Amino acid sequence: MLELIVISTLNGVLFGMLLFLLSSGLTVIFSMMGVLNFAHASFYMLGAFFGFQLTKWIGFWPALVLAPLLVGAIGMAVERYGLRNTHKHGHVAELLLTFGLAFAIEEIVSMIWGKSPLDYRVPALLDFPAFTIFSTNYPAYKIFMLAISVVIFVALLLVLKRTRVGLIVQAALTHPHMVGHLGHNVGRVFMVVFGVGSALAGLAGVIAGPALVTQSDMAASLGPILFVVIVFGGLGSLPGAFIASLVIGLVQTFAVALDGSLASAFGPLDPSTGPSVLTDIWNVTIAQVAPIVPYMLLVLILIVRPMGLMGTRES
Amino acid sequence: MSGAVSGKSPAIEVHAVEKRFGNVGIIRDLNLSVAQGERHAIIGPNGAGKSTTFNLISGHIKPTSGEVRLNGDLISGLQPFEINRRGLSRSFQVTNVFARMSVWENVRCAVLWATGHRYAFWKNVDSLPEVRERTAQILDDIHLTHRRDVPAGLLTYAEQRELEIGITIASGATVVMLDEPTAGMSHAETDRAVSLIRRLTEGKTLVIVEHDMSVVFGLADRISVLVYGHIIASGTPEEIRRDPKVKEAYLGEEAH
Amino acid sequence: MTAATTSSVTAKPAGENLRFYGIWLIGIAALIVLPQVFSSGGSLTSFSLIGIAIVFALSYNILLGQTGLLSFGHAVHYGLGGFAACHMMNAVVSRGWPIPLPFIPLFGGIGGLVFAMIIGWVMTKRAGTVFAMISLGIGELVASSSLILRSVFGGESGITTDRTALPKMLGWSFGPQLQVYYLISFWLVLSAIAMYALTRTPLGRISNAVRDNPERVQFIGYDPHVVRYLAYCFAGFFAGVAGGLTAINFEIANSALLGAIQSGLVLFSTFIGGTAFFFGPILGAILVTYLQLGLTNLTTAWQLYFGIIFIGIVMYAPGGIAGLLMMHRPLIRAGTLWTVIPSYLVAIVPTVALACGVILTIETVARYSGGDPINLFGIPFNPTSPMTWLTAAVLVVGGAFVARLTWRRIAEAWDRAATVARDRGYLA
Repeated sequence: MLELIVISTLNGVLFGMLLFLLSSGLTVIFSMMGVLNFAHASFYMLGAFFGFQLTKWIGFWPALVLAPLLVGAIGMAVERYGLRNTHKHGHVAELLLTFGLAFAIEEIVSMIWGKSPLDYRVPALLDFPAFTIFSTNYPAYKIFMLAISVVIFVALLLVLKRTRVGLIVQAALTHPHMVGHLGHNVGRVFMVVFGVGSALAGLAGVIAGPALVTQSDMAASLGPILFVVIVFGGLGSLPGAFIASLVIGLVQTFAVALDGSLASAFGPLDPSTGPSVLTDIWNVTIAQVAPIVPYMLLVLILIVRPMGLMGTRES
Repeated sequence: MSGAVSGKSPAIEVHAVEKRFGNVGIIRDLNLSVAQGERHAIIGPNGAGKSTTFNLISGHIKPTSGEVRLNGDLISGLQPFEINRRGLSRSFQVTNVFARMSVWENVRCAVLWATGHRYAFWKNVDSLPEVRERTAQILDDIHLTHRRDVPAGLLTYAEQRELEIGITIASGATVVMLDEPTAGMSHAETDRAVSLIRRLTEGKTLVIVEHDMSVVFGLADRISVLVYGHIIASGTPEEIRRDPKVKEAYLGEEAH
Repeated sequence: MTAATTSSVTAKPAGENLRFYGIWLIGIAALIVLPQVFSSGGSLTSFSLIGIAIVFALSYNILLGQTGLLSFGHAVHYGLGGFAACHMMNAVVSRGWPIPLPFIPLFGGIGGLVFAMIIGWVMTKRAGTVFAMISLGIGELVASSSLILRSVFGGESGITTDRTALPKMLGWSFGPQLQVYYLISFWLVLSAIAMYALTRTPLGRISNAVRDNPERVQFIGYDPHVVRYLAYCFAGFFAGVAGGLTAINFEIANSALLGAIQSGLVLFSTFIGGTAFFFGPILGAILVTYLQLGLTNLTTAWQLYFGIIFIGIVMYAPGGIAGLLMMHRPLIRAGTLWTVIPSYLVAIVPTVALACGVILTIETVARYSGGDPINLFGIPFNPTSPMTWLTAAVLVVGGAFVARLTWRRIAEAWDRAATVARDRGYLA
């Protein structure tokens, strides 16, 4: 039991930090530009596939740097040639544009790399157990992922607190309607912020690719959870996104690890009742429910606190 | 709509209202009384909290403390639509119309609640005679009948301001609050708007925020002067003109 | 109705009334005649699917076009309607209730409505981006739950039913596809009239006001939350009707009906068709369903084409096809349309070249590993040949360059024509 708790906590924090790599970029972009980038998870997927391809050609370490840069460049192009032209039609049009983009990216990826999972392996250098806890070998690669996430997290904090762009971003987080008064280079700031956000998503993809499954549906399966994270945390709140990332990372990891069901807790139902909704619910294991746990949390927070955990804004 | 029972109560009564945003007190100890049928103007320098006062009374924002009463009934804390249903209607300083809908639709939507059709989904909106007549009357009043099929977003600025007034009075509210109705208008347009306001608010209680002193002194029965979120004087135009505090705090600076 | 109570202000010219009813009658006549003209089994199946897609898209537009709510989970109500209809059909058969098949879509609608009434109040607390995200979350929640609650949703395989086992009505067994087509057409007409009528009610108009300016609505006596909720319930009902029709058509309901793909397709149909006009989603549903049926046989990358068309519409024609068509109305009335036609004709050639280039590029990538030849308008291309790549590149780059020039000419011609139309009072 203790073993399960320790391992799941480690995995949960890891998944949470990965979610935060994505949700932080999404939150900053939303606060500054008012655009919820539906394609953010697609940039994560592109990161994983670029990482895979570049690893094949030039090795993992150069890919770790190059793939996020490539994704960042695509993100900047999307901002410059797509969103900027759509801005005049309003935020719904911008959201729809990124929705269409997410759809197209998934199709392009499955067209080039196929629909089945890729053989994206952990680099040999990190392919050993970092430590053994109870009877489980904890892979070094996961520690490496955690380290990268923490480094990026600290770097982001420093950028936000210490640089001019960071100050602008902070101002945008608290006073979104003031962004327009930033001056004549507001377009460039947007493009850079969008690019950096996309690059972070790409980085998350490169490092998550070998550990999770690299497949053309990975954006479609992670995207909704990502949006739950930022609604749960409170749209536009960076601390909210951080807390929500960890909460959802931990809750889901624990749920997957738990095999219990109502039947195992209270004994099986009387077999004469026959199959019904009750028997379905009675026999389902927590692990089977894991995929819907984030959405249940979403409904819960909407009933209890519609603005989200740390949200201050109405819309 | 103004209940006979509360006929003697003031139309609007603001008692000891405070509004803070964080630690900053925008409105402090605000007291204001507007009698039934009175035309009351609120003046004050920029940033004095005039629009915030409007927002507090109309329910757009909630006071941190204090009470607002409409015809004697407590309304602070109610939702804007609940306050509106009790007979208080307001306009906005920044034009706030339904941009993609036609002028006709704009006014008609504002008529629907008051004529009792509410959320009805079983009635044809085009075949409600009282709605149609009232809408036509208001369009006629605000001189926009010839523009009835134009989307509101495509009107000229002055036309949008007139439509704004039309939407505000369409429900037949007994208490009408207009936030800088003539802002940004030319002299001729202002004159037109003032006579429009005078005519349309006949027999109603009017609260108006205005920068143009000729409009204020020409229209108002009483004037309140708001400075730094506090009313420093309230009285007839003559009293306000003579008040030394007002001269010092407000007219003194701005009288050219 | 309007004619009986005309006043000087809303009196519509008699001609306009005639044209209005004329369009509806022509539509109904077309639905009746279509299967006589195209009677093959394939086209009957296509027409049935298109009819269902129209009801679904119209229901979606109650949210997107009428109330300004962007939902990424509308298929939830469609799917639940389908399951409700299937269960109802099976219950009718097993319990021997005297309910013939044509009433079943109503129960689909009730299925969609009930869920909308339950979940809608929480969902519609917020509009805009938050609503969009919540609808996505609810969509995932229901789709995933459907796989857990096997007794209701039948797990992976779904719930099957037999439409011919229900009591007959007017001697129709609804075994042949033609009879199912007419059943779908009947519900299509009924739903379309009902949804059109909804736009003409106080609630319909206030929904528009909530779409345009939810803040202001509060100051004319309305609670925007209630308006959004009611609109959501109506949309849920008609999506459920569409789901019920699907269940009848396929005699099965499975979890794919309420999944993200269906939600995405209805968004595509509605937006591509155009949300600002009632007939927009009808055009969109016809086009998207037709393309979907046609393209799946021709190319594996058919979804990518949808994505590209959708992105193009969002960026360059946010009014959709209906918006593009209706743009021309003032010009026709002002008699200046003929001044823009020549610039359209000039633009056709480079635009088609650009489109061919894009298609060739996509197909080259899609078939590179397989090596299947591409057949573009009868001309074969080898996806591994550099000649094909060169052709594609020339078409894309050259086409884009020339097309941009011609598009600019269209814009200029448009400005001139619009100015004249404005002077003549046909354009505000």
